[in-house]
Amino acid sequence: MPRQDPPVTPELVASHGLKPDEYQRILDLIGRVPSFTELGIFSAMWNEHCSYKSSRLHLRALPTKAPWVIQGPGENAGVIDIGDGEACVFKMESHNHPSYIEPFQGAATGVGGILRDVFTMGARPVACLNLLRFGAPEHPKTRHLVSGVVAGIGSYGNSFGVPTVGGATAFHTGYDGNILVNAMAVGIARADEIFYAKATGIGNPIVYLGSKTGRDGIHGATMASASFEEDAEAKRPTVQVGDPFTEKLLLEACLELMRTGAVIAIQDMGAAGLTSSAVEMGAKGDLGIELDLDAVPCRETGMSAYEMLLSESQERMLMVLDPQKEIEAKAVFVKWGLDFAVIGKTTDTLRFVIKHEGEVKADLPIKQLGDAAPLYDRPHVASPALEKVEAAAIEPPLSNAEALKLLLATPDLCSKRWIYEQYDHLILGNSVETPGGDAAVIRLGDGPKGLALTTDVTPRYCEADPVAGGRQAVAEAWRNLTAVGALPRAVTDNLNFGNPEKPEIMGQFVGCLTGIGQACRALDFPIVSGNVSLYNESSGKGIPPTPSIGGVGVIADVSLAAKLAFRRAGDAILLIGDTEGWLGQSLYLRDVCGREAGAPPPVDLAAEKRNGDFVRELILAGLVSAVHDISDGGLAVALAEMAMAGGVGASVEAPANVPAHGFWFGEDQSRYIVATSPEHALGVLAAAQRAGVPCRRIGETGGAALTLKGEAAILVGDLSARFEGWLPDYIAAAL
Amino acid sequence: MKSAVILFPGSNREGDAIRALKPHGPAEIVWHGEADLPRGTDLVVLPGGFSYGDYLRCGAIAAHSPIMAAVRAHAERGGLVLGICNGFQILVEFGLLPGVLMRNAGLHFICRMQHLRVERTDAAFASAYEKGQIIRIAIAHGEGNYAADSQTIARLEGEGRVAFRYCDAAGEVTSAANPNGSINAIAGIYSERFNVLGMMPHPENLIDPLVGGTDGRGLFTSIAGSFTVAV
Repeated sequence: MPRQDPPVTPELVASHGLKPDEYQRILDLIGRVPSFTELGIFSAMWNEHCSYKSSRLHLRALPTKAPWVIQGPGENAGVIDIGDGEACVFKMESHNHPSYIEPFQGAATGVGGILRDVFTMGARPVACLNLLRFGAPEHPKTRHLVSGVVAGIGSYGNSFGVPTVGGATAFHTGYDGNILVNAMAVGIARADEIFYAKATGIGNPIVYLGSKTGRDGIHGATMASASFEEDAEAKRPTVQVGDPFTEKLLLEACLELMRTGAVIAIQDMGAAGLTSSAVEMGAKGDLGIELDLDAVPCRETGMSAYEMLLSESQERMLMVLDPQKEIEAKAVFVKWGLDFAVIGKTTDTLRFVIKHEGEVKADLPIKQLGDAAPLYDRPHVASPALEKVEAAAIEPPLSNAEALKLLLATPDLCSKRWIYEQYDHLILGNSVETPGGDAAVIRLGDGPKGLALTTDVTPRYCEADPVAGGRQAVAEAWRNLTAVGALPRAVTDNLNFGNPEKPEIMGQFVGCLTGIGQACRALDFPIVSGNVSLYNESSGKGIPPTPSIGGVGVIADVSLAAKLAFRRAGDAILLIGDTEGWLGQSLYLRDVCGREAGAPPPVDLAAEKRNGDFVRELILAGLVSAVHDISDGGLAVALAEMAMAGGVGASVEAPANVPAHGFWFGEDQSRYIVATSPEHALGVLAAAQRAGVPCRRIGETGGAALTLKGEAAILVGDLSARFEGWLPDYIAAAL
Repeated sequence: MKSAVILFPGSNREGDAIRALKPHGPAEIVWHGEADLPRGTDLVVLPGGFSYGDYLRCGAIAAHSPIMAAVRAHAERGGLVLGICNGFQILVEFGLLPGVLMRNAGLHFICRMQHLRVERTDAAFASAYEKGQIIRIAIAHGEGNYAADSQTIARLEGEGRVAFRYCDAAGEVTSAANPNGSINAIAGIYSERFNVLGMMPHPENLIDPLVGGTDGRGLFTSIAGSFTVAV
């Protein structure tokens, strides 16, 4: 019996998130009123999440090329050449809205989706990272969201069998109603065996693989393109449910299938499910696609064409197969117990044709579904510049020793052990540097080569000065990779912003991208993949601008990788980089003085490169025993982290020409601390002078306490107790 | 020594096990749907992972795999069987070892380095260690809380079948050093004949000074040693 689709009315159009002018564009394009199914297809393809309609114009300006870039943005993930015939495939993606609505499944499927993006390209995942932002700790939902998100990330990655090696977690009231869950996955493939989404050949079978299709996640991408009101929880049914077990089988089956040579094109079904994956494969290959939905494996009975096309059920793939190898291909999927169904074919019509129950439910021009999507040059205004805050003008409310103790037990600076111990970070047996250091380091195969991986952003800098903040996010990622001795190679970005229809929010977006572009160019650090998440807003207020940067570096021999722990007593402690005591937007100013104020610290990109290249040389020459970059919390916090990690104290002294609280807690950029044996120290100082790199001796390691000269000594054990205590105490405390 | 590592759908540390076994002789993956072990198998390893997604009870479905009959026959012949993490869970579900593995007392999955005390060194699996030696091995599990009825525990203890216990760096067995609430801090147990070992920690991840240390190596050199002695 033919089912009755609802009539297309202005209300129905609006409920699909399409503006009247966008609907007019559809009418002009197809010359008739769309069917209900077609309206669903347009809403899926033209929402912000899939079409990048507000951001495309500005993304084009980012640097995406370098001799080592094999694939830049536009595919499932970015690909770089890492030598020896190997490629690194990686991407970061947000799952913010689903994770706020249903933290466990939202975060879990975020991890699942990004892993799929990586193995779709033929790479075996070797590591995951994440970047999380939660609301204020005292907000009534925060504890529940932290617990759920962390458990969800762990449940998916642990079961799938990939180590979660790094991340960054922080809290701010600006995320109270809209948390951020950005997941990054990294895989390794042969450089000449990368798989792409572009379909080729006419009449080739289109094969559906993986889990069955259900009614979960319908309009997930549209939901992710709207801002939140008070009724966010009512949207829970739009969140998908993850099945890491099936994804693990899908991974093994896909990689096995790829080895048979049967795969012509492959695309995972992520946002906007079957619609987006099929359209993308056809449009990239200049081919039409015809699907017969009666053949789609369904988990529920009576699903309509509309529901099947828009379902975001997880763990599904679409492939174009070599018809000669269809039987061989099917055998692989039967072995792994996964669905395998031929659901359509490629055509030469350039139309996207959907048949179901004997009817044509949609017949649309395939290229225009993507290419003709609206493109907006949204009005934007620059954020007003903030005045510099002079350290000398700030009266320290506490002694510097007390301030350090306070800072180490704040939500942003405390140990995140409670989080990362819920992630299997050791599986695969290649985790050379585990969470808690500057960057994770994983060995590739039996080595000696390895990758360094990090995720970074400082939203309070971005909010205070979007251009400077964008620059700093890239510079910090570059610095973290450098601090372990790796050569930074490429970036994946995850741009989380509020409502782009507001000029001041669009101004933040444009500003941050400007800064990111400047830093990526100056540091030879191209962007090869990414994701834009807009409308991160609740009850009319946007989140702090948060352009997350995922950085990947290569180290030729992981046995040379530097660690941050002080290794022994008697080493000289050298400070590399200039310190004027920049307290504007610092955590000291915010968490000790109670002020969020001032211009953020500027990044001199030439100095960044000079200082970093110098530190990397020291590491690779084996001249340093410990290395740490200086970021949130400044020099004193970095020293404390080194002391706690090694269980070795230190005595350090501030120079007379900088206010002491500015020296210890300023967040001046492009700086590192290195420890080196006394016999190497003079040589390092001389080499720095030759290289034009500021470098001064500030003290030496040893003893059981960290002593800032002129202040009470603090036992390293006391620092650790505070550092380790905050997060578990917070989670355990009843409201 | 010839090893067979059983691959169940959802296993994920099979590669780690192979890497630890390879220096001691051929090690191959055997699909759970097979009826027989490869001819000449000395050691069967049930690796870590989430067989069948842990969706029913950990190890419950894998225990019904076709290959498990051959694993039982191997054990009955006195052949060595090592179950690590999910492999331990499968062995208790299958009945080759007593007891159950429940959800961690803290209710969270936990991955960290953990000290273990080696309880005896006269079994094939631990001869390379010193009795009472404290070793540092990774744990990574959500359901490693070992429990059994009091008679079973008394019997395990009486027969000296506790292989490893969770402890602190000084070797003290304390509740703070027990990561999952296991009775008597049990981290691993032997079968009656000491030819089947189930353990939650991951010695296969501790074979390399660059990656956490080498305290897991002793287990594999012990097993390999038991064969060179026999020959």
